[in-house]
This record gives sequence, C-alpha cells and structure tokens, in this order.
Amino acid sequence: MKTIEQTTDEILNLAATHFKFPRADLQPGDDFYKKLGIDSLQALELLTRLENHFGVELPDYEVQGVSDFHTLATRIQARL
Amino acid sequence: MDEYKGKTLSWRLSDGIVELALDRPPANEIGLAMLEDLERFASSLPALELKASAIILYSAQKAGFSAGADLRELYEQARKMDAQSAAKGVREFLERIHAALNRLDTSPLTTIAAVHGVCFGGGFELAMVCDLIIADKMARFCFPELRLGLVPGFGGIPRLKRDIGNAVVRDLLLTGRSINATKAQSAGLVSQVAAEGEALRLARATAAQTTKFDRATAAAAKKFIKPLPAEELRREIDIFCELFTRPAVMEGLRKFVENAGAHPYLP
Repeated sequence: MKTIEQTTDEILNLAATHFKFPRADLQPGDDFYKKLGIDSLQALELLTRLENHFGVELPDYEVQGVSDFHTLATRIQARL
Repeated sequence: MDEYKGKTLSWRLSDGIVELALDRPPANEIGLAMLEDLERFASSLPALELKASAIILYSAQKAGFSAGADLRELYEQARKMDAQSAAKGVREFLERIHAALNRLDTSPLTTIAAVHGVCFGGGFELAMVCDLIIADKMARFCFPELRLGLVPGFGGIPRLKRDIGNAVVRDLLLTGRSINATKAQSAGLVSQVAAEGEALRLARATAAQTTKFDRATAAAAKKFIKPLPAEELRREIDIFCELFTRPAVMEGLRKFVENAGAHPYLP
C-alpha cells in the first residue's frame, strides 16, 4: 500500500514529465490548473494518465472541483 | 466519389479501404456543416460499397475523435426561435443525422472507428455506429447529456443497449461520468486498446484483414449479428424532443455556452 506522500510524489512526477514542467517547482498544495497552465482537455488527459498509471478509475464527479495535487492524491489513494 | 474534401471531413478510397477523417476544429463538434458532410458520405456509400471492404473513421484533430454535438450552434439557433420552432428544428436535425448514421450502421462494409482523445456525446454515438472501436489508451468516452437535461439524441441509447449490459448503460447515462479506453474495453464497447498515437495504425491493420474475406459472407454475418434497433431509435428522437421543449434545457445550454471556466467539458 502506497502512502499518501508516495502517491502525491508520483502524481507530481507524472505531471512534470507530461507537461514538461520542472519537477522541483511543483508542490503538493499547488493549483495544477494555474501552475501548469492547463485547460479542461489537458485536465482530462491528466486524469486519464493518472488512471492508467495507478490502475484505478477516477469518476469525473470525484475530482471535479479538485485543483491541487494533494487532494487529487487523496482521491486516488481512496481507490488503491 | 472515391475522394472528397468537405468543410468538416474528407474521405479517400485506397486499396479497398475507405478512410474518413473528421476535421473540424477544435474538436469535431457535430453541427449543421458536419451533418451535411455526413449526409454526403452516406449518399456516396452505395458506390463505395462496390469497391471497398472496410471503412475507417478517425479524427485529424488533436483534441480527439469528437466532443459531440455542437452545443453552441444549437443554442444560438434555438434562442432565435420560439420554443415550438426550435423543437421542430431539433427534430429535423435529429431525423437527418439518424438517417445518415443508420445508413453507415447498416453498411455491408466492416466499419472501424479509430478513437483518440475525447469521444463524448454525439461523438461517442458516431463511434458506436461502427462495428469496431479501436481506442488509443488516452481516449475518453462519455455521455454528458443529462447535465443539460437531455438524453443522447444521435442513437446513443439504443446502440448502447444493443452492444452492452444494461447496468453499464445506466452507469454511463445516469452518472454522466467519463471512462477511459481500458474501462470501455472491459465494458465491451472497445474491441482493441492501442498505445498512445497508434489507434489509426491498428485500425488500418484490422481493415486490411477484412479485405481477405469474401464480402458477401462478411456482409451476411454483419446483417445477422448487428440489427438496427429501428423502433428504439425512433423513440429516442421523440424522448429527446419532448425533453428539449423544457426551459431548463435552454438554461443548461446557456450555462454551457457562457462557461469560461476550467471545466467546460467535464460533466
């Protein structure tokens, strides 16, 4: 079982790699819409990448309104 | 005609395979212009079917296969009319798109949708017309219509019911959630999951396989296993039009069109 810190770290790594953003500049409490400058379609891409990476399903309604990496990690953690 | 380039799509027949590329920015929204091109394709099918074994539908747009019906166009058209005229216009649109999609659905050729990115609402309904869906692992499928106070109107519910179990249909419709390609495959909607960017290549390989079979046999098999749910398709148009006359729908469309937030595609 991953810890919430491990899950958050994997999300940050994945976001940094996919959106070509310096990993060191990403923090768990960051608003990923603002920090990464992504739109709704890119957010859907991130959602799909996270589902594929963690092997979980993340219904849209569970992540709607979520905009920081840490809360996103808690949603994933609940399904691991 | 073996080759065509319209405002929203193009097609080309080569080596017994017709490739139709949806190409209307930003995400192949299906409005009047695409309807007219789809009708042109449907009317070209009798000639193409004499020369081809398979049809591949794919998107030339990066965002995905299709984000669905052009809700902005629908809203702009409907708001200029009284409710009765708007409902009449919507019914005419649905009758026309059903006719075009039903023609493709029942084509004796093997039809394949190569899907990447968003495949939502009417786009999902277009993909489901095809015999096979081959999806990029980054593809995402969704029926978000209920958030507008509507049901899918391009034949989605009857075709879902034809293809998969009722529990999954209820999940997709009643939650409006989007699912990825792996989930769609486990539900029975997607036949093959491709690596990122590989859906069209796999679709071409699959289409090439179909050229090896006797066409009459393949057509007979398809006709036997894939009946058109004609009565339910008619009923779907009626239900959609009944729902469309409610003021809540125009309000939902207005909110969608005016939404400049970060989540306009998320149900």
